Amino acid sequence: MPAIEARTAVRTAVEITDLHFAYPDGVKALRGVNLTIAEGEKVALLGRNGAGKSTFLMHLNGVLRGAGAIRIMGRPLSEDSMRYVRAQVGLVFEHPDDQLFSPTVLDDVAYGPLYMGLPKEEVLDRARRALQQVGMVGFEERMPHRLSLGQKRRVAIATVLSMRPPILALDEPTSGLDPAARRDLINLLRELPQTMIVSTHDILMVRDLLPRTIVMDEGRVVADGDTRVILSDADLLESHGLGAS
Amino acid sequence: MTIHVGALERYEAGTSLLHKADARVKLPVTVAYIFAVTLTPVGHWPALGLMAAPLPLAVASGGLSPLLVLRRSALALPFVLAAVPLVFTKEGETLFTLPPFGWHASREGLLAVSTILAKSWLSVTAAVVLTATTSAVELVRALRSLAMPRILVATVSFMYRYIFVIGEEALRLMRARESRSAQMEGHSSGGTAWWRAGILGNMVGSLFLRSYERGERVYAAMQARGYDGEPRFLWNQPWRAAQIALAVLAALYAAGIQVYARY
Repeated sequence: MPAIEARTAVRTAVEITDLHFAYPDGVKALRGVNLTIAEGEKVALLGRNGAGKSTFLMHLNGVLRGAGAIRIMGRPLSEDSMRYVRAQVGLVFEHPDDQLFSPTVLDDVAYGPLYMGLPKEEVLDRARRALQQVGMVGFEERMPHRLSLGQKRRVAIATVLSMRPPILALDEPTSGLDPAARRDLINLLRELPQTMIVSTHDILMVRDLLPRTIVMDEGRVVADGDTRVILSDADLLESHGLGAS
Repeated sequence: MTIHVGALERYEAGTSLLHKADARVKLPVTVAYIFAVTLTPVGHWPALGLMAAPLPLAVASGGLSPLLVLRRSALALPFVLAAVPLVFTKEGETLFTLPPFGWHASREGLLAVSTILAKSWLSVTAAVVLTATTSAVELVRALRSLAMPRILVATVSFMYRYIFVIGEEALRLMRARESRSAQMEGHSSGGTAWWRAGILGNMVGSLFLRSYERGERVYAAMQARGYDGEPRFLWNQPWRAAQIALAVLAALYAAGIQVYARY
């Protein structure tokens, strides 16, 4: 029944209602975020440093828990559903060194499927397939902290692809990359079919890759719409710290 | 995931007399206090009581919450466990016998253990009061101006500087692991305890490697700015007569108790 529904209607992938969050030191990072993202959408999350983008992304799979309602693929995020929701949202952190904690690349890519309790054969199959997708076949036995930043980013993406999530949330995937590594990464993202939410300062990538743009400032969504329209609104960009000139 | 790194901070900001007192006075007074407590004869409760008397005064004058001090001083308890066997090993008048092993508990042993408990608790509480009313920076300065070897001072000061950085790093690692710890319908998740322990070991290992490499980078950056191993501070407070007088008074008090307890 759900399979037929999926084919006939666009499903809602992410639904956020009135999300608030404050860090333990009292900093209010989110002040009422409302947002709906349909399955298959590619969304850019723009905003100045400290606007709440990373905090927001970390709510999508319950790593941070704020006040408000979150539904992922139709399922409310709660203490009970958390582990299921985590299989739905592949969160790629800004610093790959945080994400990669295993002694070898293969161990790291296999962590997610192993945790999910899949049989060994399938774990290996998924890990190899994920490394293939990001073009890192042949690096299985390498130590993650000895890779270049571009390679680390790819491996970090592979570590969530191996879990086969329908939604990808990426935190500044192109920051710090050289032009060639950046181009490769953008091409990689273009080929991934998942629903995608990308927090970034890379306006060129947004124009290139992400048809919808959400602008955050001071923990709120201040603009949401067609990327071309938003990126051509110089006043809007300027007033939220995104104007380049 | 309610861990946060700020919890490592021990200083409770305030403006009380105790907060404003010179760390170069507070630190040696605290150390002398701990020595005096340690030297108090076993089972001499009046002397221990007199030694304990200044603590509530210090807590009150520092504007500290007694509950907070009590909670932090509980740190002493696990160490006391190590002393418990003394109850059974010390020779003396038998109080009771533990049936399965036939161990005899002696009055002298009990006295020794309760004295150790009291002494370690008083010592830790004094240290808790010191760290709650003196910022880490001031303590480090005081250590150096009291001629503590500079390598030790530098170690303490770097530990304080980077414990928060490394703590944040550990927190981010744990978040990343958490975010990939998922479950599928119809599968039991989590793997075996042995496997999870292995993962944790890997995380600790990678944190160590990274801290080590960060250490090298920090050192290179410091050398680039002419570091020669001597921590330098912008200023030192002038010594004040009243504070020194207070320290001498405290020393006389502790010494007086020791004399009273012995003769």
